[in-house]
Amino acid sequence: MPVSFNASPAPGLIGSFFEWFGSLGVFSWRVLRAAVTPPYEWRELIRQLDEVGSKSLPLVAMAGAAIGVVISLEARYSLSRFGAKSMFPATLVYSVIQVMGPIITGLVVSGRVGAGMGAELASMKVTEQIDAIEASAINPYRLLAATRILACILMLPLLTLATDACALLTGWFAQTLVEPLSFHQFIQDGFKGATFNSLLPQTFKTSVYGLIIGLIACFQGMRTRGGAAGVGRAATDSVVLASLFLILADVVLVKFILVAFP
Amino acid sequence: MATTYEIPTKQQKHKQEGRAPVVAAENLFKTFGSHKVLNGISLQVSRGETLAVLGRSGTGKSVLLRLIIGLETPDSGLIRINGVDIAELTLDQMGEIRKKMGFLFQHAALYDSLTVSDNVAFPLEHHRRDMSRSERCDRVKQLLTEVGMEGDLGKMPSDISGGMQKRVGLARALALEPEILLLDEPTAGLDPISSGEINELILKLQRERQMASIVVTHDMHSARTIADRLALLNEGNVLIEGTFEYLQQSDLEFVQEFLNK
Repeated sequence: MPVSFNASPAPGLIGSFFEWFGSLGVFSWRVLRAAVTPPYEWRELIRQLDEVGSKSLPLVAMAGAAIGVVISLEARYSLSRFGAKSMFPATLVYSVIQVMGPIITGLVVSGRVGAGMGAELASMKVTEQIDAIEASAINPYRLLAATRILACILMLPLLTLATDACALLTGWFAQTLVEPLSFHQFIQDGFKGATFNSLLPQTFKTSVYGLIIGLIACFQGMRTRGGAAGVGRAATDSVVLASLFLILADVVLVKFILVAFP
Repeated sequence: MATTYEIPTKQQKHKQEGRAPVVAAENLFKTFGSHKVLNGISLQVSRGETLAVLGRSGTGKSVLLRLIIGLETPDSGLIRINGVDIAELTLDQMGEIRKKMGFLFQHAALYDSLTVSDNVAFPLEHHRRDMSRSERCDRVKQLLTEVGMEGDLGKMPSDISGGMQKRVGLARALALEPEILLLDEPTAGLDPISSGEINELILKLQRERQMASIVVTHDMHSARTIADRLALLNEGNVLIEGTFEYLQQSDLEFVQEFLNK
């Protein structure tokens, strides 16, 4: 099954739009079929878990730390104006875990991992390395795409937890510098009344972000044509499209979570 | 359509002896956009035989190899490997066929994140899981020794020359002991000495392993050295096919022009 998704040029912008989604559908089906049938590429999966997870950790931790401070500063100012300073811990916890943590993690990983995967696979495509894999009777959808997408799906929730933890820590720290508050008290107040439904679905929805990032990066990378320019285009498109679809998906996911986990 | 001239060859002799061709392409058509690349081409190669496919750039020589190994699909026509029509195969069945084929890409297509030895070990790791680590290492060393690269096991592809990359690509192509060897421009971009070494290497391997080989090349000298039979393509079809001497005797202007320039 040749790794090619754009054999004939689609007519016009609308044609290209539908051609892109059609090709993405075919690609997704091939990856799914490859992913669920043996042999499983465990070694490559572990390598990708490290690539997506461990190597993104410092970046998401820093982003989380910065977001924690920003929310802390903004929330303290806003809550003070309405005389609701006691709500600060809960505001910080809910803002970080329900909204900012997942989306910031998604966007940071989309930038780092999406661009990396898109460029790596595109480079392999234009230098015929993917063809060489296929010619060696190895399914490139299984070896290259399924492992990367699965790594993104598994790692995004864990990275989100790291982002959340860093954000809460720096948010509390920024608050403590102005108005001392024990960490124990901060956590107790922040998570008061919190339930499984109010926090965990928001974290685990990032698996869908992972699916989007991995799928689009692999798809854009493996359909690349045209040398160095094609590689650059694949990297850029991977980041832009993954970030865009991630934000659009968030709209649907938030609504779904509100309905499914009231 | 251009006339095809043929004389008895090793392949035809095998046919007379009842030996089916290992690779048979029948009436292949392939178009990219509005560009018709292959226009009803038919070729056959038997075990132990080397066919050189010659022709100007863009006449579909590399596309022909990609069709044979299933990296592209023909618009119409049949490709039979050991008598099996590959169009009817599932992905897994095609995988089994590909294990019997070795492919040397024009630019070697080595995995740039792997060392020379890991590149050669790559097919073995995926398809010879019965092999122990030490057996695999021994096999990789043996293959790299065969192609004269035993001293560069730990080097990265970017650290070796184009000729060396082709040697490693050849070792990788031979890793699964293929019955069919497809070589896409094995001497392109190499200096005459490296080209000669690659030609010698291919001849040696051919003598030892008796594979059915198809070599796509522009290099007349290489084709003459390594091939039993030559097929000259023009406008997506075989213009003339036979031994080098037979081609030399042809009075077709294109053939003479191609052989003499």
